[in-house]
Amino acid sequence: MHEFLNYVVLGLTRGSMYALIALGYTLVYGVLQLINFAHSEVFMSGAFGSYLVVNAVTHDGAHPAWYGVIGILVLGLGSGAAVGAAVAYGLERVAYRPLRRRGAPKLAFLISAIGASFFLSQLAGKLFNRLNNNDFPTYFNVNHHVVAVAGVTVSLVQAIIIVSALVMMLFLDTMVNRTKLGSSIRAVAEDAPTAALMGIDIDKTIARTFIIGGALAGAAGFLFGTAYFFSNTMGFIPGVKAFAAAVLGGIGNIRGAMLGGMLLGLIEVLLPTFPWWHATGLIGIQWTDVVAFLILVLILVLRPTGLLGEKLGRAA
Amino acid sequence: MALLEVDDIEVRYGAIRALKGVSFDVEEGEVVALLGANGAGKTTTQKTVSGMMRPALGEIRFDGERIDGVPAHTLIHRGICHVPEGRRVFPRMSVKENLEMGAFRFKRPDKQVLDHVMELFPRLQERITQFAGTLSGGEQQMLAIGRALMGKPRLLLLDEPSMGLAPLIVQQIFEIVREINGEGVTVLIVEQNAAQALALANRGYVLETGEVVLSGSGKDLLADDRVRAAYLGEEIA
Repeated sequence: MHEFLNYVVLGLTRGSMYALIALGYTLVYGVLQLINFAHSEVFMSGAFGSYLVVNAVTHDGAHPAWYGVIGILVLGLGSGAAVGAAVAYGLERVAYRPLRRRGAPKLAFLISAIGASFFLSQLAGKLFNRLNNNDFPTYFNVNHHVVAVAGVTVSLVQAIIIVSALVMMLFLDTMVNRTKLGSSIRAVAEDAPTAALMGIDIDKTIARTFIIGGALAGAAGFLFGTAYFFSNTMGFIPGVKAFAAAVLGGIGNIRGAMLGGMLLGLIEVLLPTFPWWHATGLIGIQWTDVVAFLILVLILVLRPTGLLGEKLGRAA
Repeated sequence: MALLEVDDIEVRYGAIRALKGVSFDVEEGEVVALLGANGAGKTTTQKTVSGMMRPALGEIRFDGERIDGVPAHTLIHRGICHVPEGRRVFPRMSVKENLEMGAFRFKRPDKQVLDHVMELFPRLQERITQFAGTLSGGEQQMLAIGRALMGKPRLLLLDEPSMGLAPLIVQQIFEIVREINGEGVTVLIVEQNAAQALALANRGYVLETGEVVLSGSGKDLLADDRVRAAYLGEEIA
């Protein structure tokens, strides 16, 4: 039982990060009906950006007191979000807006996204010496158990990831549903020409949507780096999985992306470690990626509009 | 000086010239109708006035200032509010949210204007929390007009408010437009329902394949044989 609960914690941890990245896919899809396939590199950029900033104020193995941990956390999330937002905004201006102005076909956007994605990933590789699987320096004792009851443990880094992801998602949900910025994003998603008639600047709203999605992915980059590793190719697998999560919840649907991310994290961990076949030794935790992508295929075949439907966008 | 002066505008969709030099004007406080068959260029004319399209040639002046080529989201700040063809309410927003979207250009919606819209359209008050997509066609048209009013228009552009609605509802909507005009809002209305529109309008222009072919007072146009034959479906002996 405690093993199962530990896997639940692990699933929620991974799911939190997928959800944060998935929100970026879904927000942009909402306003542009376009999958931003360079989004995984926004996530990667956030990890590198936060590494540079946090490294400047502290050092590996510093193990500060609790307020030091919170300080590093805020700084890391903030700088990751800032770099992610800046890169996402740059993507929109360089890779997408010029195509939109020209009324380019959808395929052009896809190619542009792939190009931008390679560019960013290779640029990071060049700048950071292609160090693969760099461990993020441990600025605080990530493996310290904040909960340890009857064999069920939640490490500090897991708690940090789950709590900060929940806080950010709550913040986003409130912003989208209760602020003017949020209503302008929803209006553009529902009907852009009519939104313009209301006085909403479509280009600005699209840029802001990229910035918000980029900030969430950048913050997730910091969290991922702290928990696992970082490298210039770190974005690919989490990026594709977050895309799967967005589709699972219903692409364009904000709450769907959150639900899809959490569910995907839980399923990909719990399914292969299910005690019954886990005991056979045939499949185990190393099957998580297989399960995740199997879910993507199944959802596309069986319920392409996702669990909650495509709510934000025009395609209902 | 007229409130709106449209001076020889030409609008193209790619190689197709949708408007081939259209001119007309709207005086402050007037109701002006644009009539014509499908594809005559009525909607394109309105879209160009509200900034959704940009003319290739010609000038549009509002209050004496050139506004051609100014994007729609800035034009609304001058008080040009457009109720687009097909109503285009935001289907997954509530009635209330739709009305608030109409007042987007202000820091917050004007409570008095909101109350006034509720008075004009009591049906909207009843359905205030409902998603706009669940409303009937007539209610959506009311919502679209109410939404435009929330932007405190000086010039209200109405594109086919009668489209697809039952005659009784059309009657109601035209009465409300008359009321809105009575409060000092200038109206430029596009209609296929020529009889209704001309009964309301001070003046009208008839468009045919991108050109103004006829203009005059509402009464004169109603009495004109060509208008009666083409748009009122009457046989001319």
